[in-house]
Amino acid sequence: MTDDPHGDVLTAPLTIEYPFKRTTGPVVGAFLTALREGFLVGIKGSDGRVLVPPTEYDPMTGEDLTEVVEVGPAGTVTTWAWVRHPGSKAPVDRPFAWALIRPDGADTALLGAVDAGAIGSMATGMKVEPVWAEEREGSITDITCWTAVAG
Amino acid sequence: MTEILLPARLQDVEAVRSVRTPASIQYSYTPGQASSRYLKGIAQRKIIGARVEPGAKVYVPPRGADPQLGKPTTEQVEVGDRGTLVSFCVVNVSFHGGTQEIPYTTGNILLDGSDQPIMHLIQECPVDQVRIGMRLEAVWVDDADLGPTMESIRWFRPLDEPDLDVHIPGEDRPLWLDSEEFNQ
Repeated sequence: MTDDPHGDVLTAPLTIEYPFKRTTGPVVGAFLTALREGFLVGIKGSDGRVLVPPTEYDPMTGEDLTEVVEVGPAGTVTTWAWVRHPGSKAPVDRPFAWALIRPDGADTALLGAVDAGAIGSMATGMKVEPVWAEEREGSITDITCWTAVAG
Repeated sequence: MTEILLPARLQDVEAVRSVRTPASIQYSYTPGQASSRYLKGIAQRKIIGARVEPGAKVYVPPRGADPQLGKPTTEQVEVGDRGTLVSFCVVNVSFHGGTQEIPYTTGNILLDGSDQPIMHLIQECPVDQVRIGMRLEAVWVDDADLGPTMESIRWFRPLDEPDLDVHIPGEDRPLWLDSEEFNQ
């Protein structure tokens, strides 16, 4: 605790942590395994659309989904928001975009951080590709961020 | 279980089966004026509660108001660092972030002069000898380690004094587990 310079009130940093460990099941497990191996997978929905990240059940019909398919890894930005002041836990330590990215071959988009350098370099419809972490462990953070595809 | 069809690249590698997703939230905590006074007292080995007026309940730690009277507790009252155990829990299961060796006891301790128990660790007493009504005293850290934190009290330990009958407010009977009245 430290004294408030403007009065007689104390303040102190306080961290609350929950150490969750979750089992993934075979579908989310396949997605995370693919991340560890350095590629992306989705799953075929009952109408043939490819969902990324893969879901265990069809979001429209509730049917079990079983056919895991490779997608991307490059994709298209479908929408985005620019972060001017990245927080301490942001994946990029300079201004970046949180974006929904539809991987090639997929019909849905997943959330990712695009390190575009400047807001003027961001555009809906731009092509991006993942930057893979050097050491991957089967986690969404195995993609450190996404960057624009050259050309 | 439904069979999942995997692309060739995933068929010969070890599958991820679990994932750690720790959640952590960082706050800047302020205890407010009333509890700040209390914590500053702790840094000087003093336990300072507060009440609305003489005769009103003394709250430790003070939160700035008397919840029964609905009035600000403007009067500071120093209470003792000795007290009576009014309830306790023996912890037998370890947990993430736990720093004590199990089994150990945490207790609600009604400090002498206070009307509201505080929770703290009980040590220097085997867990099977902890009982409601036992008298306890605070064991403070060394002067150099004193600070505005409850960690300035290392734990409470038994006093060589007779146990007291403990009453729950509104219940006119002792809570002393092996007392005749309790077991009737």
